[in-house]
Amino acid sequence: MKRRHFLAGAAGALLAPALPRAARAQYNSIEPLIRAITGGAPLNQGRVTLELPQLADNGNSVPMRVTVASPMTSADYVKSIHLLSERNPVPRMATFHLGQRTGKAEIRSRVRLAGSQRVTAVAELSDGSFWSGSAQVVVTLSACMDES
Amino acid sequence: MVARVQIPKEAKRGELIELRIVIQHPMETGYRHDEIGRLIKRNVITSLLCNLNGAEVFRAELSPGIAANPYLQFYTVAEASGEFEFSWIDDEGKRGSERQSIVVR
Repeated sequence: MKRRHFLAGAAGALLAPALPRAARAQYNSIEPLIRAITGGAPLNQGRVTLELPQLADNGNSVPMRVTVASPMTSADYVKSIHLLSERNPVPRMATFHLGQRTGKAEIRSRVRLAGSQRVTAVAELSDGSFWSGSAQVVVTLSACMDES
Repeated sequence: MVARVQIPKEAKRGELIELRIVIQHPMETGYRHDEIGRLIKRNVITSLLCNLNGAEVFRAELSPGIAANPYLQFYTVAEASGEFEFSWIDDEGKRGSERQSIVVR
């Protein structure tokens, strides 16, 4: 019995430090973030296309392309694009500010992903409407989790 | 901080041009530990600005969610000759900038 208790205690002590890091990998709702961006305005589905590979071997650098269907004229253009993660410790991955002179609402970059998840892009248009699109990505090796 | 900017040297007026920048930066997340278990302090580029002749063309707010050596590609319509200036700042307050001129015909 004593030995069993000791083993259970030792196992617990070994597992405990791992918990906070595991907790970070939990899925977080991005709803509050979306509300902060839209200010309560309705979020429409569509017009935004977010492209990520379906399978990423390494979450430390994943190519990302976001496009918004917009004529990009002075009367109708995309003001900003927000990139949101439901699993990264910092859910607001990036915000891009465009303007009338941007010409084409397309941005490419490379992102970090802390695990398989759905990534959402929210675009604010010059008429005050908000549109979103998302992409599901499977990440084999997560960013942020390794000690290398 | 070393950066590489790629923009066309010249363009026709009204032409859509592609701007690309890659900056040498670790984009340290603040979630990694060093070899003796100490947390490595977060240091990422938080803001990047692209101006043409002083007027804003593009601006980005970045986070640890952007990969090390951040790469960005975006567009603008060529309207006037001049100088593109890219400037950025990281968590440590270090600033960097890169300039490149364009001739618009």
